[in-house]
Amino acid sequence: MGLIRRHPALVPLLLLLPGITWLGSFYLAPNLQMFASSFWSGSLENGFAFSLGNWVNYPNALGTYQEQYLRSIQYGFAATLICFAIAFPLAYFIAFRSGRARSILLFLVVAPFFTSYLLRTIGWRTILGDESIVLGPLKSVGLIDPSARILDTPVSVVAGIAYNFVPFMILPIYVSLEKIDRRLLEAAQDLYASSWGAFRRVTLPLAAPGIFAGSLLTFIPAIGDFVNAELLGNPGTTMIGNVIQRQFLVVRDYPTAAALSFMLMLLILIGVTIYGRLLGTEELTSKAI
Amino acid sequence: MADVDVRLVNVTKKFGDQTAVDGITLDVSDGEFFTLLGPSGCGKTTTLRMIGGFEQPTSGLIELKGEDVTFLPAHQRDVNTVFQSYALFPHLTIFENVAFGLRRSGIKGGEVTRRVGEALELVQLVGFEQRYPAQLSGGQAQRVALARALVNRPAVLLLDEPLGALDLKLRKQMGIELKRIQREVGITFIYVTHDQEEAMTMSDRIAVMNKGRYEQLAGPETLYERPATRFVAGFVGASNLLEGRIGSEGDQWTVTLPSGSTIRAPKSLGDIGATGAIGVRPEKLSLLEPGQESKGNALEGVVVDTSYLGVITQYVVEGAGGLRLLVSEQNVDRTTRNDTWRPGERVTLTWRPEHGFVVGDAVGA
Ligand SMILES: Nc1ncnc2c1ncn2[C@@H]1O[C@H](COP(=O)(O)OP(=O)(O)OP(=O)(O)O)[C@@H](O)[C@H]1O
Ligand SMILES: [Mg+2]
Repeated sequence: MGLIRRHPALVPLLLLLPGITWLGSFYLAPNLQMFASSFWSGSLENGFAFSLGNWVNYPNALGTYQEQYLRSIQYGFAATLICFAIAFPLAYFIAFRSGRARSILLFLVVAPFFTSYLLRTIGWRTILGDESIVLGPLKSVGLIDPSARILDTPVSVVAGIAYNFVPFMILPIYVSLEKIDRRLLEAAQDLYASSWGAFRRVTLPLAAPGIFAGSLLTFIPAIGDFVNAELLGNPGTTMIGNVIQRQFLVVRDYPTAAALSFMLMLLILIGVTIYGRLLGTEELTSKAI
Repeated sequence: MADVDVRLVNVTKKFGDQTAVDGITLDVSDGEFFTLLGPSGCGKTTTLRMIGGFEQPTSGLIELKGEDVTFLPAHQRDVNTVFQSYALFPHLTIFENVAFGLRRSGIKGGEVTRRVGEALELVQLVGFEQRYPAQLSGGQAQRVALARALVNRPAVLLLDEPLGALDLKLRKQMGIELKRIQREVGITFIYVTHDQEEAMTMSDRIAVMNKGRYEQLAGPETLYERPATRFVAGFVGASNLLEGRIGSEGDQWTVTLPSGSTIRAPKSLGDIGATGAIGVRPEKLSLLEPGQESKGNALEGVVVDTSYLGVITQYVVEGAGGLRLLVSEQNVDRTTRNDTWRPGERVTLTWRPEHGFVVGDAVGA
């Protein structure tokens, strides 16, 4: 205690210590190790050797798997848009209109987390199957072709990703909408804004930080996801996550896997920065409080 | 008589089985500073919100400049509101906050800049255009809220306890400021407050509200000198109410107190009804040595408390039967003695009948 009193500057350091230790040992160290291994050459059997000359691992990996990168971006983008389309109206309803049902609805939003991610995704195989409750009736009525299918197509993969990540979109948007002072909307209407005008000029800008957070929380895991493509897709829907997973755990080509991972991180970092600029979120978050 | 700007006819608002506003009828004239004064929960905000269009009356009629607006939505009414919490848009600069209404009504470019500039000048906030609401003090935020409403030059400005969040000194200062601005722009103000002093200093007319209706609607002077009901007498300033058997003697009402003394008030002061009383403000009472010649109404008593308050000295005098009266005496004017009265001294309380007031039956009883 005496030490802290004499050096108050130590307080933030002490508060940060557990976090720094944790991230240092389980995030930073493995990342450095992985970064190093992206400059390896060789194989598991013959041993790996580090050399800066092995930067070619990067262009090589990119050349081989650019299709999977592109597909991951497309799927992640599509899933994020779907999540937003589902999440915003839902969050809006829960925040503004749900009355006493609010806590039940919020519970339902997170309820899927009580079941394992894998199990829920496998469950979708049944839902989207060729003779499932979705397709079966439509086929028997003759509305769609008997050979039509959803499972093992890009549609089922994107649907699976959207399903799995939609709560991460709903919750931040809900929080930002919930925080909005209702009197601001009355003030907007008092100042001649219609309901739509008040929504566009007040609700939406004040919800922007939530939309930003929600889309990052959806897009980032979506782009790196491999479970949905694995369980709901076909060889033609392979995402970059599947490639990395296979390179690490099956092929055991660590240098390629590491190079792929770092390029994915870089890609996300660049994307997030541009997105943040576009939305001007820094200003919004600092001033909306 | 000036034109009527706002007219409420028998306006009632119920929330479930609770009546928040109970059949209010009133006219507010063009350019008037009109105040709704009353204790918490009496329905002031609800009345104001119905005029603003944020709440629809359960029954009754609301007119603005002769036009029925009872069911017109808020954004189509030529009325602006200064909210108690200010409700400034946190994501917009002060300039954009003030320009909000202008932009929504389709005013463009230079005209917006000019009018926002004028409004900020009126509230003395030139130079704050690029700040955000979070960077303002309470008093400044209050001024922005005022500018944001006034810039639209509405027919009527509604203000819901706009000074409520400010400290006493700032409140007084802003009150004077508000009155100046109202005179300058000539817009009708409907002002809500529970602070009687605020209401008295600013208003042309005041409706004193209680339980969803108003008990008296009059100018500040009349409210003070001639409060019409017990509630008004107690809410606006301090008063002494003398209850007893009511009688009539020529052109005077009489009230015979339980102690047997009879006091009088001219009938011209108002109707005492069947259950009314005669009242008198503390500063209208004089204290005399027992036996000195009285001014018409006189009561015997004993001083039980003396408080020296600078400008005045305040006494509590207990008369026969436990009747307690509040008396205040200007400290400059100690004609009868050279010192304050002390607790325990016997005194005669006296006042001229025409300096009292008469309260009638309670409204709605
Ligand atoms: N939306 C509502 N739902 C239910 N009851 C309400 C609602 N708004 C107001 N009331 C009730 O109506 C009555 C009048 O409320 P109002 O807000 O008009 O009072 P007020 O005079 O403005 O009081 P204060 O000085 O405390 O602001 C109160 O008893 C209140 O509880
Ligand atoms: Mg109120």
